[in-house]
Amino acid sequence: MTQNSLLQISNLHAEVEGQAILRGIDLTIKAGEVHAIMGPNASGKSTLAHVLAGRPGFEVTQGEILYQGKDLLAMPPEERARHGLFLGFQYPVEIPGVSNVYLLKAAVNAMRKQRGLPELDAMDFLERVSERMVELGISKDLLYRSVNEGFSGGEKKRNEILQMSVLEPQLAILDEIDSGLDIDALRVVANSVNALRSEDRAIVMVTHYQRLLAYIKPDYVHVLFQGRIVKSGGPELAEALEEKGYGWVCQAGDVTSGEIA
Amino acid sequence: MNAGMPNIEELISREYPAGFVTDIESDTLPPGLSEAVIRTISAKKNEPKFLTEWRLDAFRHWQKMMVPHWAHVEYPAIDFQAISYFSAPKKQDRPKSLDEVAPELLRTYEKLGIPLEEQKILAGVAVDAVFDSVSVATTFKDKLAEMGIIFCSFSEAVQKHAELVQRYLGSVVSKRDNFYAALNAAVFTDGSFVYVPKGVRCPMELSTYFRINAAMTGQFERTLIIAEEGSYVSYLEGCTAPMRDENQLHAAVVELVALDDAQIKYSTVQNWYPGDAEGRGGIYNFVTKRGLCKGRNAKISWTQVETGSAITWKYPSCILKGDNSVGEFYSVALTNNYQQADTGTKMIHVGKNTRSTIISKGISAAHGQNAYRGLVQIHKRAENARNYSQCDSLLIGDRCGAHTFPYIEVRNPSAKVEHEASTSKIGEDQLFYCQQRGLSQEDAVSMIVNGFCKEVFKELPMEFAVEAQKLLGVSLEGSVG
Repeated sequence: MTQNSLLQISNLHAEVEGQAILRGIDLTIKAGEVHAIMGPNASGKSTLAHVLAGRPGFEVTQGEILYQGKDLLAMPPEERARHGLFLGFQYPVEIPGVSNVYLLKAAVNAMRKQRGLPELDAMDFLERVSERMVELGISKDLLYRSVNEGFSGGEKKRNEILQMSVLEPQLAILDEIDSGLDIDALRVVANSVNALRSEDRAIVMVTHYQRLLAYIKPDYVHVLFQGRIVKSGGPELAEALEEKGYGWVCQAGDVTSGEIA
Repeated sequence: MNAGMPNIEELISREYPAGFVTDIESDTLPPGLSEAVIRTISAKKNEPKFLTEWRLDAFRHWQKMMVPHWAHVEYPAIDFQAISYFSAPKKQDRPKSLDEVAPELLRTYEKLGIPLEEQKILAGVAVDAVFDSVSVATTFKDKLAEMGIIFCSFSEAVQKHAELVQRYLGSVVSKRDNFYAALNAAVFTDGSFVYVPKGVRCPMELSTYFRINAAMTGQFERTLIIAEEGSYVSYLEGCTAPMRDENQLHAAVVELVALDDAQIKYSTVQNWYPGDAEGRGGIYNFVTKRGLCKGRNAKISWTQVETGSAITWKYPSCILKGDNSVGEFYSVALTNNYQQADTGTKMIHVGKNTRSTIISKGISAAHGQNAYRGLVQIHKRAENARNYSQCDSLLIGDRCGAHTFPYIEVRNPSAKVEHEASTSKIGEDQLFYCQQRGLSQEDAVSMIVNGFCKEVFKELPMEFAVEAQKLLGVSLEGSVG
């Protein structure tokens, strides 16, 4: 089971400001797979995403995480990123005065440096970015505006996906990437995510709603409740949830193992 | 905290990269200040009588003045009798070319990354390098001379253009203006002089590098720039200093005069030794900089990037006397460790339709204290005067401080004065976002801070802007936790 797993989470407990949020997560993700993590509000979905990315203030109290066979928790956030772990933010952060293209170029070159590749020159870089922008229907001026400053909700999310598609991560974690998107934007974003599906990449979608999963078909669906995975299954699980609501699986005390068959 | 996350102190504790001392024999006066010392300085410099008298008058007045204490800075009392007021490289004859410049000196500049040689010349910058108190090298003079532009050391101007010096010296900053300006007037040893004749646009950025060297030597620079009718000049001033334990006093005076339709752009990057992480040592930078828009449609722009010095106390100001004249002040001031800065500007609107813009960006990290102090004064006959002020403060960590002291005095009802201020903290969420994209914490801080300062950096000449960005990065290394 562990042989070609990209990410292996064992008995993960984490707390924020002294409050236990994750209470024993076990989850294994292999390259090539798409997982959806669902659950009602405050079930710990976003916390899991942030713990994986190494956000300060999210303290792991128990358990371990192996990423590409290495101890993920021992790596600072930037090192995780440079090893191909990407987090698409639910609330992308504004950085006034820093142009979007500047951050993106710095990010690309940080990844390349890690892999021992030379920095991309400006022309190659722009060419690569432009292609992706056309796919995502993002206007050119977005590149030269300050990072996320004054972006609409939809622009922010598309920008996250743009970064992801340019950075080509091994493990992409998308935190509520569908929130704030209208149906057309959702379709565009989903197409880009689908285009990134590949044998050597895993995608984890954190979402509250099933609607995203109609566009990006997951291989596995997990339901998180009170800090534990209470149910795992295939895409049909998401459909069942849509029909029956979270109440169906999320009753206090009804906690089963999160192991995938 | 997460594993592997370095804390603020580790990151801050970087040694000052320009800390070293050049070993050159100095011709230094013993410490102390008296009329005799002033006469000696004046005699050593072979000055005309009017200047000797001017100095003495300033000195007599200074003796009656009190050390000012209104700034938001703290430091032990300075013993003015313990300072040596003159220090010059021993080699008396001025070098005619770079080959004649002492090699130690050239090496010092090289270590500082000041490209006095080919690159700089190719880049089109005439360099008037000031080492301690006497200018030692000047390039591009001939080319400028052809256009009638005078760019030389202050001492040389006193010898060759005494009439101009006499006419304008002290015309913007009186020799009795304030305690440190009076002290400077009494003992200044050298500096730069620029004169741009009528209708001439100076074709290159004029650049001077200041450097404090000999220990316990006060540095009293004096700069005078005169832009005649319809002329334009851009002047760059940049400086770093070697590491010393004793605090060193620096009290410069800069005077700018812009006549009808003339424009002066004065840019500074200041990186003097700020003291160590415990607040020991560092330069005291008490400067008086003022520009006079004497004529109609004149324009003076100050742009400054202040990252160095233990204490910075300066207010580059504009007196907008000519109708329709324009004053601008763009500033980035950074205080790290135990640095203190009290800086800002004064915009004095005297003429009609005068306009001024103030953009101030203060960055405080560690125990740094940063104050913006600005005066916008609209005089009675200044019809339709306009001012826009924007003061933004960025805090890094939770032990630093930002303070804003805006003074607005309006005596004409047609004036329009706007003031905006903001204070923000570098957010952990901003840092994390950048780190999640693979940037190190240091690079992330540097990027965020440079973004914060963008409005000011875009006012700097290109080569300076790049230098300034690097400087901010270095000065801030490690200021986040």
